[in-house]
Amino acid sequence: MTEESEEIILSELSTEELVEQMHDDLYDGLKEEIEEGTAILLDRDWSADRVLNEALVKGMRIVGIDFRDGILFVPEVLLSANAMKGGMAILKPLLAKSGVKPIGKMVIGTVKGDIHDIGKNLVVMMMEGAGFEVIDIGINQSVEDFFAALEQHRPDILGMSALLTTTMPYMKVVIDEMIASGIRDDYIVLVGGAPLNEEFGVAVGADAYCRDAAQTAEIAPQLIMERREAVASA
Amino acid sequence: MTVTLVCSASKEVRIGFDQPFVVIGERINPTGRKILAEEMSNGDYSRVEADALAQVAAGAHMLDVNAGIPLADEPAILAEAVKLVQSVTDVPLSIDSSIVAALEAGLAVYQGKALVNSVTGEEDRLESVLPLVAKYGAAVVAISNDETGISEDPDVRFEVAKKIIERAADYGIPRENIVVDPLVMPIGAINSSGKQVMHFVRRLRDELKVNTTCGASNVSFGLPNRNGINSAFLTMAISAGLTSAITNPLHAEVMQAVLGADVMMGHDPHCARWIQQYREKSASDATRGRGRRKRRRSG
Repeated sequence: MTEESEEIILSELSTEELVEQMHDDLYDGLKEEIEEGTAILLDRDWSADRVLNEALVKGMRIVGIDFRDGILFVPEVLLSANAMKGGMAILKPLLAKSGVKPIGKMVIGTVKGDIHDIGKNLVVMMMEGAGFEVIDIGINQSVEDFFAALEQHRPDILGMSALLTTTMPYMKVVIDEMIASGIRDDYIVLVGGAPLNEEFGVAVGADAYCRDAAQTAEIAPQLIMERREAVASA
Repeated sequence: MTVTLVCSASKEVRIGFDQPFVVIGERINPTGRKILAEEMSNGDYSRVEADALAQVAAGAHMLDVNAGIPLADEPAILAEAVKLVQSVTDVPLSIDSSIVAALEAGLAVYQGKALVNSVTGEEDRLESVLPLVAKYGAAVVAISNDETGISEDPDVRFEVAKKIIERAADYGIPRENIVVDPLVMPIGAINSSGKQVMHFVRRLRDELKVNTTCGASNVSFGLPNRNGINSAFLTMAISAGLTSAITNPLHAEVMQAVLGADVMMGHDPHCARWIQQYREKSASDATRGRGRRKRRRSG
């Protein structure tokens, strides 16, 4: 580094500038800076959920939009998500203590017979970036595994992933079993994976098919909002 | 040295360490191709035919045929597609499905010795796919994962590949009919995936002496200028011992990387294929050139 290079001292910024800087730092995937910014905002008496929503989630929304539009690419989004995680690690205990609920909760897994998880892992990171609490139960998950996780975590959303034409029908097995057990309508069910399409999502009875991680993070909050409004007006 | 022979009714392709690299065209695959999927499930194979011809014209030595359409009769569609492709081209085919009944349907109508794509190290896959490969005397792509997933440790994947080869031998399938897929993961998500593959392919060549293939375009998932990454990957992987790949021959950079690697490996004697491909068009198209050939023939 040359002497001329201007270093931004986060703690010397006004709060407004700092939040904007954090949006930029999230975009650039700078974990340490995000951790530092998070700590400074808390020091300036911001509540944990305000830091989460105004500094982190808002910043990640910009990342998601540019990912969707082909301006940002997978490695960059992973870095951003990792930076977000750094901030979240600081906020999490505070959020829990103050009883603040996350935007939503999601249980996600790759269905039985399928061991592919890169796409699913991207979804996990984007959803966490969007402020969701995500419980990733991993690959090769049976109906029983999904049910146990739903029972234990009571999420808003169940996400299922598959990369093979042979394994994707298992999504219908899970959803049919949910219907049979009378719990289908307790959850928003999202499905995704390379061989799937919109039509398949409808046919298996999911609430939505998600083309990619960015789209999932966009659709999920909308569906949760709709659902809460429906419940409120009912 | 191990040579994997695959053939159509009239054409033979040899995959091997001393052979030019074999390009298996990946385009006939409805995954992520909405229009193609719709057409195939409605019995319209015009795009399949066009894809077959274009890929062969671009230099594909074999074609992969996949009919993985959600909610469709995959065995019937795959069999139709195989028949159609064999009626318009003479290159050998790789019959690609994760549904065993579809593999069987494709094999039943295939003329020649096909490459079955694929079997994994999962117990139920071994038990259902290998007897089929043995029955039809086909070659098979062996994917190096098992029930426990895709290990990030190439040495674990090596053991899976070894297991598949041993199990295949129990069914009377010789080693030369196994083409191992080292599983190429997106480098944008797993930064070591390039190095993993190179290490693994080298071990497969040196220790198990088996041929290899892979879905090469996977490596560039989520990145811009994917052809650039695909080309770099292929060049390096061929150097490490990769002997074939399922990829897109319509991308000029990809074919250039393959042909260039063949030259470097000494698999293109006198650089003849390279010269033929890239000789300045003006020179070969010139009246002078054509005239000289004509004179020679008439004289």
